Amino acid sequence: METTAFQKIYTRIDQITKATIALHASGVGNEEMALVNDRLAQVVKIEGDLITLQVFSGTEGIPTNAEVVFLGHAPQLSVSDELGGRFFNAYGQPIDGGPEVEGKKVEIGGPSVNPVRRKQPSELITTGIAGIDLNNTLVTGQKIPFFADPDQPYNQVMAMVALRAKADKIILGGMGITNDDYLFFKNVFENAGAIERIISFVNTTENPPVERLLVPDMALTAAEYFAAEKNQNVLVLLTDMTLFADALSIVSNRMDQIPSKDSMPGSLYSDLARLYEKAVQFPDGGSITIIAVTTLSGGDITHAIPDNTGYITEGQLFLRKDTDIGKVIVDPFRSLSRLKQLVIGKKTREDHPQVMNTAIRLFADAANAKTKIENGFDLTDYDKRTMHFAKEYSEKLLAIDINIEIEKMIDTGWELFNKYFSVAEIGIKSEFVEKYGKRNINHKN
Amino acid sequence: MSTKGKITGIISNLVMVEFDGPVSQNEICYIIHSGVKLMAEVIRIGKKTAYIQVFESTRGIKTGTTVEFTGHMLEATLGPGILSKNFDGLMHDLDKMTGIFLQKGDYTPALEEDKLWEFKPLAGPGDEIVAGSWLGEVTENWIPHKIMVPFSFKGTFTVKEISPAGEYKINDTIAVVTDSENTDHNVTMIQKWPVKIPIKAYKEKPRPFNFMETGIRVIDSLNPIVEGGTGFIPGPFGTGKTVLQHALSKQAEADMIVVAACGERANEVVEIFAEFPELDDPRSGRKLMERTTIVANTSNMPVAAREASVYTAMTISEYYRSMGLKVLLLADSTSRWAQALREMSNRMEELPGPDAFPMDLPAIISNFYARAGFVYLHNGQTGSVTFIGTVSPAGGNLKEPVTESTKKAARCFYALSQSRADSKRYPAIDAVDSYSKYLEYPEFQEYMQKNISPDWVENIILAKNILIRGRETYEQINILGDDGVPIDYHVIFWKSEVVDFVILQQDAFDKVDASTPIKRQRYMMDKVLEVYHTDFKFESFEEVNPYFKKIINIFKQMNYSEFESDDFKKYENELRTILQERKKEKTEIV
Repeated sequence: METTAFQKIYTRIDQITKATIALHASGVGNEEMALVNDRLAQVVKIEGDLITLQVFSGTEGIPTNAEVVFLGHAPQLSVSDELGGRFFNAYGQPIDGGPEVEGKKVEIGGPSVNPVRRKQPSELITTGIAGIDLNNTLVTGQKIPFFADPDQPYNQVMAMVALRAKADKIILGGMGITNDDYLFFKNVFENAGAIERIISFVNTTENPPVERLLVPDMALTAAEYFAAEKNQNVLVLLTDMTLFADALSIVSNRMDQIPSKDSMPGSLYSDLARLYEKAVQFPDGGSITIIAVTTLSGGDITHAIPDNTGYITEGQLFLRKDTDIGKVIVDPFRSLSRLKQLVIGKKTREDHPQVMNTAIRLFADAANAKTKIENGFDLTDYDKRTMHFAKEYSEKLLAIDINIEIEKMIDTGWELFNKYFSVAEIGIKSEFVEKYGKRNINHKN
Repeated sequence: MSTKGKITGIISNLVMVEFDGPVSQNEICYIIHSGVKLMAEVIRIGKKTAYIQVFESTRGIKTGTTVEFTGHMLEATLGPGILSKNFDGLMHDLDKMTGIFLQKGDYTPALEEDKLWEFKPLAGPGDEIVAGSWLGEVTENWIPHKIMVPFSFKGTFTVKEISPAGEYKINDTIAVVTDSENTDHNVTMIQKWPVKIPIKAYKEKPRPFNFMETGIRVIDSLNPIVEGGTGFIPGPFGTGKTVLQHALSKQAEADMIVVAACGERANEVVEIFAEFPELDDPRSGRKLMERTTIVANTSNMPVAAREASVYTAMTISEYYRSMGLKVLLLADSTSRWAQALREMSNRMEELPGPDAFPMDLPAIISNFYARAGFVYLHNGQTGSVTFIGTVSPAGGNLKEPVTESTKKAARCFYALSQSRADSKRYPAIDAVDSYSKYLEYPEFQEYMQKNISPDWVENIILAKNILIRGRETYEQINILGDDGVPIDYHVIFWKSEVVDFVILQQDAFDKVDASTPIKRQRYMMDKVLEVYHTDFKFESFEEVNPYFKKIINIFKQMNYSEFESDDFKKYENELRTILQERKKEKTEIV
């Protein structure tokens, strides 16, 4: 991003706040990029000839006579096949020591897909994790976040899902991740021999927070190039969207906007939706699937960030430690994949939906039985059976270290039903009980 | 000459314009940006400066750019060809746009100007007519689409000429009418109407009283809605709002469905695009898409057009109501619309009301709901717009401003419950917390008694009581323990579970169970109440649970079988046998 000779240089800044500067200039377009003493900035407000610029890396040390040059375009990314295997910062500049990417320059945050041109997502993504494949099946073109407390292994699970998902490209958008996590992703991808498929845009905790506002758009612009123009299946990983939203609130605060719930800007829903809605199944076969991370504070999903996210994304995945088996599981109650209906029982075996629902219902009954124990009540025979079932279900299906085929997951479900429950207790369509249930094996009444 | 202006400031999609002539509030104007016209609406006027909200991204727009004012408000184009279309919030035809991505300023016309329609006159020379009178009709899909006197005509007119039956284009003059001052006016098959003004071309708007069947048991059998009624569905995310709205749009007994996808997920609209052309309308035997029109402003489409989208959808609904049709309007979700209002109010630096929403939010919402209703047209025919909106309360908290304001405006309340959704009891409508105010209308009660069953209303009240008692008893059991309460408590609880599992829960993804005709609903309700009225004998509480589970299982199999099929009857017999097993003699008292 160099300046060219004919550009006008302004040297008188009128106002400076922590994140913005304002100056008099003419012929400036909304959302145009600028350089303020070589720091990147963007136009956020125009009032007559008074232009307000948001300086991404902060305004520390900027003097009133700093040199301001307008670049004449919105933030851009050069896209081409050369992106594969590269690491970039929030501005799309290489941080891996490699050369600049040659290619077509595309403005980030471009227009949205016409809804009538979208295709209904219908391709199953298998991960081998039963907590996902069996209970919360993912589909290409879907957008789904992990809702997790900071101490949970969401980045590990996400990396595992990404590698098993058989995507043509995996694009990592790291926002405010620690340097350690960044190195973790880098190692995992390198060790899997997948580095050519991976493109990373990273803003670590060492970088200024406002910069990370550019990261998701960079990642998604690259994704659109591969999905729309090259018809590839692209998986975009965004971690951590909570830190992205925090950066939004910093900017809106500095712009004197009236905050709404939880000090978040009133436009939070639209700001997040604009990104997540880039997930799409294109008619020509390409797709963008987004898996994000939204960290929670103390598991609180009513906070504005997870709450708005939940309304936008097609479900959410919760991780939780199951103390009975001492492992992390995908929580079957709070997790949900809204698009699973498009594939389960259609692309998978017909009894999949009923087996899934029944197992979760029985797992819920076990939770009630546990409450009974806590309240000092005796358990019925049924209660005891549900508890045994729950433990085995957790161990054999919900734990995140499971890696089996979907058919095997469904069969495991039946095995457990037959081991612990009568036909009436599982309440599945008789047709399926006969066909897949291998009934009466060990069945108690 | 029309008013022109120059841009003086830009904050996100709020643009300030200095203008040179008259400008009115809510007037539509166009920004001429690099040869492309971008649509915008005036939302506030100050001294010499108009504040306009742009229905597009404002990226790259500069000060000094020319703005042209149009002299009219945002209008819907009304005429034959609206059915089965997919519009954006400003009523541009999405299918006619070029390319995969939405391009700025790609404004396609709503209707086809060249298409020929088979016109049949309904009025003759000399007829006295008013705004909304039917002059003729064309067949649109299978709906007799009435060509009406434009709603903007004031006073009484006389038909001077009317075109004979034949093929015409929408812009052809099909009638000449004369007003009281002897001036002639040409009438074509299309008219424009400002979306924010209600269409009132009807004689009278009584309280609605006709039952509207939805096929969803927890609605029809417990909280029924009427033709021309209003309802809303608030619920935290993941509780099945959208599945419920889709079920309504597929099954509801209406001539036409208008779906306003307002600020929600694009993939959900795609589901309608993909499925409705394939699915059969159980009533007409045609494809669902033939009776459906979609107005889509998904969450990634420009925010400012979101507010417009619900008004556009309502105007289309009112237009078809004036033809004597039953229209169902579904909006998902009105919270997104309220948020769009909030974003704008915020940018204009208005003093905020609760949760930073504009102060007049309750008034805006109730005015909107008031546009629904059942009407008598001037020619004695009836028409209706039934409106059901969803609300997405922040944090699932029903005390937030949008939910509270809507509660005051809508007459039916369908509360989606997180705990029901968590335990996969779908649809997750809490039958006890939900209500239908129409149950209190004597004219509706009368209608139900005459058309459905004499004891229908009593049964609804009884079923709700069973659920309430069941819930109370369940709490008692939890506090005192399974063996700390009389066996009867378990029986009461399980009887309420029968109502829950058999009536309330419904599998939206099962072919048979997804939609239950009212006749079948009545039959099943009688069956369930028969279980309730039966006295059972049990030796210990441990027998209660497995016994009722068996009953529920058989009932569920009945729900999955075709009504009155062999399978259905087989399960019904099984049920009879099982009920006999533990039936108590009449002399004993519970």
